[in-house]
Amino acid sequence: MGAVMGTFSSLQTKQRRPSKDIAWWYYQYQRDKIEDELEMTMVCHRPEGLEQLEAQTNFTKRELQVLYRGFKNECPSGVVNEETFKQIYAQFFPHGDASMYAHYLFHAFDITQTGSVKFEDFVTALSILLRGTVHEKLRWTFNLYDINKDGYINKEEMMDIVKAIYDMMGKYTYPVLKEDTPRQHVDVFFQKMDKNKDGIVTLDEFLESCQEDDNIMRSLQLFQNVM
Amino acid sequence: MAAGVATWLPFARAAAVGWLPLAQQPLPPAPGVKASRGDEVLVVNVSGRRFETWKNTLDRYPDTLLGSSEKEFFYDADSGEYFFDRDPDMFRHVLNFYRTGRLHCPRQECIQAFDEELAFYGLVPELVGDCCLEEYRDRKKENAERLAEDEEAEQAGDGPALPAGSSLRQRLWRAFENPHTSTAALVFYYVTGFFIAVSVIANVVETIPCRGPARRPPREQPCGDRFPLAFFCMDTACVLIFTGEYLLRLFAAPSRCRFLRSVMSLIDVVAILPYYIGLFVPKNEDVSGAFVTLRVFRVFRIFKFSRHSQGLRILGYTLKSCASELGFLLFSLTMAIIIFATVMFYAEKGTNKTNFTSIPAAFWYTIVTMTTLGYGDMVPSTIAGKIFGSICSLSGVLVIALPVPVIVSNFSRIYHQNQRADKRRAQQKVRLARIRLAKSGTTNAFLQYKQNGGLEDSSSGEEQALCVRNRSAFEQQHHHLLHCLEKTTCHEFTDELTFSEALGAVSLGGRTSRSTSVSSQAVGPGSLLSSCCPRRAKRRAIRLANSTASVSRGSMQELDTLAGLRRSPAPQSRSSLNAKPHDSLDLNCDSRDFVAAIISIPTPPANTPDESQPSSPGGGGGASSTLRNSSLGTPCLLPETVKISSL
Repeated sequence: MGAVMGTFSSLQTKQRRPSKDIAWWYYQYQRDKIEDELEMTMVCHRPEGLEQLEAQTNFTKRELQVLYRGFKNECPSGVVNEETFKQIYAQFFPHGDASMYAHYLFHAFDITQTGSVKFEDFVTALSILLRGTVHEKLRWTFNLYDINKDGYINKEEMMDIVKAIYDMMGKYTYPVLKEDTPRQHVDVFFQKMDKNKDGIVTLDEFLESCQEDDNIMRSLQLFQNVM
Repeated sequence: MAAGVATWLPFARAAAVGWLPLAQQPLPPAPGVKASRGDEVLVVNVSGRRFETWKNTLDRYPDTLLGSSEKEFFYDADSGEYFFDRDPDMFRHVLNFYRTGRLHCPRQECIQAFDEELAFYGLVPELVGDCCLEEYRDRKKENAERLAEDEEAEQAGDGPALPAGSSLRQRLWRAFENPHTSTAALVFYYVTGFFIAVSVIANVVETIPCRGPARRPPREQPCGDRFPLAFFCMDTACVLIFTGEYLLRLFAAPSRCRFLRSVMSLIDVVAILPYYIGLFVPKNEDVSGAFVTLRVFRVFRIFKFSRHSQGLRILGYTLKSCASELGFLLFSLTMAIIIFATVMFYAEKGTNKTNFTSIPAAFWYTIVTMTTLGYGDMVPSTIAGKIFGSICSLSGVLVIALPVPVIVSNFSRIYHQNQRADKRRAQQKVRLARIRLAKSGTTNAFLQYKQNGGLEDSSSGEEQALCVRNRSAFEQQHHHLLHCLEKTTCHEFTDELTFSEALGAVSLGGRTSRSTSVSSQAVGPGSLLSSCCPRRAKRRAIRLANSTASVSRGSMQELDTLAGLRRSPAPQSRSSLNAKPHDSLDLNCDSRDFVAAIISIPTPPANTPDESQPSSPGGGGGASSTLRNSSLGTPCLLPETVKISSL
């Protein structure tokens, strides 16, 4: 009798429709729960007007338009979070691990430390980096290196940054990366930057040392024409 | 590169400002930007329907038709639009892919037509988004199966023609596997079937009691004992035929090990073994019991019918695939049986002359009751026993009737689900391979770019290879970015091969410090690679060429699964020989002189006079490479053959 019932019921169930047994209902319930949570976190942010942004930054209207179109396409919700930063960087630097550098970068972009970067923050930072004065660029870089934002760069922070940059190179480099290469690099950097040899670099020391170095000054002009 | 990465390029380049103070050498100059026209709207006319989109949108995927310069072939200067003579409805999906990054599969269209459109526009089917991927694959598989069936049906009519001169073995195997191919095979097939039937019937009949010859008390004995000789002869004949068939199959099998392990051959062996064992076992009382047991195995001959019946095979496969559900059913039944048997035993313990002598004895009662058989040989007599007995029979209905439909539907669902899970696992592998390939494609794009002298000064304009100039603006800027990173860290990107060689060189006790030791060291790996053993160089170069996947246009499409789908030659790197040997770039890096030796096979034409080893254009299909001959910054030790570039 059980067999008869079995074959009868099996004839009913189509292949495509999921059988509505208890497991299925439970799964649906879980899925709805997750969707509710997603609803709450979905934030839509709209930037201020185009004129305002144009006034605040050094971009023209057309450039802002192009930037925003790309930004909105990638992040329809209007904000970028750290994960996205890391993914973007991973695509640009597929050889190695770009996540740490992306992390520091994110915190340099996210001035207000809210955990997400809005279009205005994005465009403001880009404006400084691409169209700003030398002074502004160097100040931004100092802010990037100063991980805990206390106004000083110490050796540990520099070590972290340099290590993150070397991580982006990946494993297959020539010559082979040695263990103490980052440390050596940091020592060289501190020798150059730390004028009073007190182990930390302040903003003024940093600005002064960079302005003395021709290479750096020249390189700062490199990324001018990015748009 | 993946979707939308181009939009973030300005951001990535801007963020490179953070490396500047750390760079110990001057960073390379940025690539010159062509007259930036700003973003413009392109008109794409597909069979009369006009689609308009930003140029940037199409540029997102530079390795497709619309994203690369290939679309220029379709440009109509008179109307100022790109004209494609294709299906406009399908084009909508293609264009949406550029806009949203996800390729959706149209439900109403033929999957074959969709595939053709994808192939035309340079999109790989792997790009179909997750939402539509399963359906796409299902429909494709259905299509393929239907086509295959049609082909088979066609073929089955005439029968596949064997290549002339096939050996007896091959013909024999084919005759065994497809009996309808020749009359002899058909005859053999039916004869064996007949003898299997005869053997089985004989086994059955020899147990029927026949009236014995007239004896005082007419005794009935089984026919087998009455006519032992007749049955023995029939048995022998059948076994001889089965043995012959088994040996013939063994001889004809293309892979004997596999044949020996297959289920059918095991059944054959089990069917004929008892007879042979019986022959050699002496007919004494001790072992005759075992001998009798052996005869039971003769019933396995009936399974030989599964070669003749498709249905039996399907049933066997069904049971095999449903094994876990059956196991669960068995387990739950066992639990219930044990529980109820225990309860019944203790309920009936007090009664004298009870059948429930032990718990195992109660098992029988429980099974018979739960399956609603109710033989009545064991019946509870106490009230408690009757109560529990009724509970047992009621729950029996539930315990058995519930899992069975679940098993049946489970079986059908799990069967399909398993297929889908395998598909998904394979897809996952393919996807990871694609991601890896895209990654390695990018890596190799940059390495290739370096090889082809892209890092030269842009002042030597005309002599710069075509390949370098033909890269898109995006690629130029991305490579510039990677170059900046190299300069910041004083290390270079290489591929695995050169890395492991360098590792080996370092471990050989060489330290790259002074120039003389460097050059001698450089020659070390270099000479290994190149001039001393030109053939080895070629082989190594072949390996190198094969390991670096084809770049640019072909990168997304060089998946193994898509072999042959689209082998678009990489236009950039084809005629990519440097006119001039690559001059050394000065490095201000602290006392470090490094040598990168990247050797590969030349492809025609060779422009440089100092190109040596014009070996035959051997290189792998899409991955063209050039033989690198560049002058050494340090004194050249092997002038006539290979010069190693020092960067």
